[in-house]
Amino acid sequence: MTRPWTEAVPADTRQLSIGELSARMEAGSLSAVELMQELVARTKAVEGRVRAFNSFDEADALAQARASDERRAGARRLGRGAVRPLEGIPVGIKDVISVAGQPLTASSRMLENFVSPYDATVTERLKDAGAVCWGRLNLDEFAMGSSTENSAFGATSNPWDLERVPGGSSGGSAAAVAAGEAVAALGSDTGGSIRQPAALCSVVGLKPTYGRVSRYGLIAFASSLDQIGPFARSVRDAAVLLGAIAGHDPRDSTSVRLEVPDYARGVDELAKSGRKWRLGIPKEYFGEGLDPEVGAAVEEAIGEYRRMGCEVREVSLPHTKYAIATYYIIATAECSSNLARFDGVRYGHRSREATDALDIYFKSRAEGFGQEVKRRIILGTYVLSSGYYDAYYLRAQKVRTLIRGDFLQAYREVDAIVTPTSPTPAFRKGEKAADPLAMYLNDIYTIGVNLAGLPGMSVPCGFTKAGLPVGLQIIGQPFKETELLAIGAAYEERTQWHGRVPPL
Amino acid sequence: MNYEAVIGLEVHVQIKTRSKMFTRAATGYGEPANTLTDPVVLALPGTLPVMNKEAIDQIIKAGLLLGCEIAPVCKWDRKNYFYPDSPKNYQISQYDQPICRGGAVEIELPGPARNVMGEHQTIALTRIHLEEDVGKLNHGEGVSLVDFNRAGTPLMEIVSEPVIRTADEAFAYLTALKTVMMYGAISDCDMEKGQLRCDANISIRPEGSSGLGTKVELKNLNSFSFVRDGIAHEIRRQVAVAQSGGTIVQETRDYDGQTGESRSLRSKEMAHDYRYFPDPDLMPVEVGEEWKARLRSACPELPFDRQRRLQRDYGVPYTITSVLVPDRELGDFFEEAARLCGKAQAAGNWIANDLLRELGASKAALADSKVRPAHVAALVRLVDSGAILSNAAKEVFAEMFRTGEAPEAVVARTGLGAQSDPGELERWCREAIAANPKSAADFKAGKESAINAFKGPVMRAAKGKADPKRVDETLRRLLAG
Repeated sequence: MTRPWTEAVPADTRQLSIGELSARMEAGSLSAVELMQELVARTKAVEGRVRAFNSFDEADALAQARASDERRAGARRLGRGAVRPLEGIPVGIKDVISVAGQPLTASSRMLENFVSPYDATVTERLKDAGAVCWGRLNLDEFAMGSSTENSAFGATSNPWDLERVPGGSSGGSAAAVAAGEAVAALGSDTGGSIRQPAALCSVVGLKPTYGRVSRYGLIAFASSLDQIGPFARSVRDAAVLLGAIAGHDPRDSTSVRLEVPDYARGVDELAKSGRKWRLGIPKEYFGEGLDPEVGAAVEEAIGEYRRMGCEVREVSLPHTKYAIATYYIIATAECSSNLARFDGVRYGHRSREATDALDIYFKSRAEGFGQEVKRRIILGTYVLSSGYYDAYYLRAQKVRTLIRGDFLQAYREVDAIVTPTSPTPAFRKGEKAADPLAMYLNDIYTIGVNLAGLPGMSVPCGFTKAGLPVGLQIIGQPFKETELLAIGAAYEERTQWHGRVPPL
Repeated sequence: MNYEAVIGLEVHVQIKTRSKMFTRAATGYGEPANTLTDPVVLALPGTLPVMNKEAIDQIIKAGLLLGCEIAPVCKWDRKNYFYPDSPKNYQISQYDQPICRGGAVEIELPGPARNVMGEHQTIALTRIHLEEDVGKLNHGEGVSLVDFNRAGTPLMEIVSEPVIRTADEAFAYLTALKTVMMYGAISDCDMEKGQLRCDANISIRPEGSSGLGTKVELKNLNSFSFVRDGIAHEIRRQVAVAQSGGTIVQETRDYDGQTGESRSLRSKEMAHDYRYFPDPDLMPVEVGEEWKARLRSACPELPFDRQRRLQRDYGVPYTITSVLVPDRELGDFFEEAARLCGKAQAAGNWIANDLLRELGASKAALADSKVRPAHVAALVRLVDSGAILSNAAKEVFAEMFRTGEAPEAVVARTGLGAQSDPGELERWCREAIAANPKSAADFKAGKESAINAFKGPVMRAAKGKADPKRVDETLRRLLAG
């Protein structure tokens, strides 16, 4: 029973939430296959310009969608509704998260031809939730970067302005959702890699509390900072996705044994309760380097919260100025060790020039890794070296404790902290590529959240005069994602920014 | 000038667990290459380690057995270095907070003779920590192949203080350590399977001085004898260098047990900077008192303590305990047999001599033996009651070992029982005396040895099944009459 999708559904499902799409599929006016076909068509139409995907497997996605339709039909025959929360919903996956039988490249030459034989825990959970795993989304090589320009296979473009970057490292995930190539997507966030591209592409991006989501199957960049999270069209969609992927995993001992609440219902209940949130504005986040238009949009969003009756007060995070230095010691130290496994011995790129074991290491890694990855491995190797460990790594860990302490201190008087996600809107491709330090400063507002292990979310909060999106970052308390989502949803309800789609 | 050696041993012991240290892949030996692997063992992108609690249990048990202080927290570090047998190019290990500190190993040096107990000493330990084993490289012509079956197997590193002075002490230390590990069921310590590996740090100094000389690390010592020979060789080499006015350089040397020679592998300048740091993938685990108490209650008596107890409480001699005690199962077997028959020494003799001989001849393990402690106990009782004679008992034992029958059944079936009809014995004795009046007269006249002249004919008449003691008693009674 195939119908041309154009007859069955409105020409464009791009603005529909997961809830609305599910309702249509449940009502029979849309099938998972039709939705997938629409996304494939859309992807083929825009991918030449956006380049959000490293690869996609159309046949596999359609087969998954067909299986979903069959499950739904089976449930219907038994007089039941579909019980899986993401039944038939295509979710794009950052190409650093493993999907059995699909390429896993980390946008690196090193893994150009690598196909992963196993599912990441989040992938398993998405499949269990009924989702269609759709495509391999571009990123900065090994998730190192803030623009997705560090991809070995080509940069992704910002759907709002193709000359500009989508942010990074999960630029492919943000761009795919913004461009309507996926209903939602998974990314990973080590220093802002979900929130910053979400802000630059005008989608919702959530980094959960460290330990909330299993990292098993995520190629590790910095193990103590990495966390997988969703990109979505709305806060409620993000809540549904988080509910599907969160929870303890016996394969990741850093995942926490805490029950997973029903986030979507929690958000609705908090919305009904009319709770007045107490929000903190950290003075250190509104200083030098903040683009005035971004600042104005964020101030306007804060004003919106005030109008809702929320209490807004200034808080201080005094160790903010050490965050970037601290981050680049811890993250690079961990990455220097995490990336040691990419040696050309068991899998991945092996230099054709190599003649012995040492040669395999030197040449394969020299050829397989890009500039930024090498820079970070070298930096991390240095800070862990004998004689430097105490001065760098150990000290950075102590500062990290202070930075977390800043946030926890602030949470004694506020429920959440509100800041800009990124100091600037999307910059032009190439603009910062030659200046790593300028690139690193792009994560100045997001890095502290990873160091402190907190949940953080970026929600669309406006556009610059040039039409570039601006994101509002909301930083929550450990494992209080429901509250964080509710605060975001309250803003989203009163504004229309999240409904906008780029003119592609 | 006379020199003395200062030796410290680093012993790696594979812990006996079903699965690997940080994943569920099975452990094992002799399987086809790369079959005991999974995505974690192979360090595929995205995989994470998860601690095997069984291995922690085992190392804590080892620490408790050796009197170590157990750390309150079990914490993990990464030791970073590139080598093709290391899938992650770092090894998960314990750096600044080993799970066990201190402790000691009681050793026994060779005695003046095989059947005389040697001097006992205590070798202090620095630490024991847990890490994961690496894979194995197999070098062929023009290719090197890696087998990751061994990679990720839980491995204890037991580091002694530099208090060992001789090659014999080192040998005794390894022997004692292995016995303790086997008593705790922590490892089988089979060196051929790589379950126990030993590196030795050796330096020399003028006798009586307290400083430490430049140390040389000796590797690839793949049997206890090679450890002893390698250390002896290295001490001689260093003394020769020192006496000829040369300097000993800090280096790692490879000892070849076949040729008895060593060669330099690498010098100090080539030493690695391992860039240790806490492994962010693994959470530190608290080792609570309850956990320790549970393991303490699972700790067996130490081998030397047991040996002392058997000698003290059962009066079993060193020659027997030194055979029975090193094997925990054999010791258990003995104690059970001794308990059942109440004659420890006799049971010990049967086990140490006959049982081990039969097991050796049939290349069987104790666990496979059809002779169980109850068999030994029953046999001891039969001999003790005079129902069978010791010569016949040896045959009964061999038969029992073959068939697994109770000794009574063997006797009934084979007729190996002692001649026990007093009437018949008396008749044979009378006949013997009657046939040799001269000896009878000699005996009565006070020539004690004359009685022996009757015993041969009696035994012949009894087909060897008469109890010599009772033959003697009967003859004396009749001659006196």
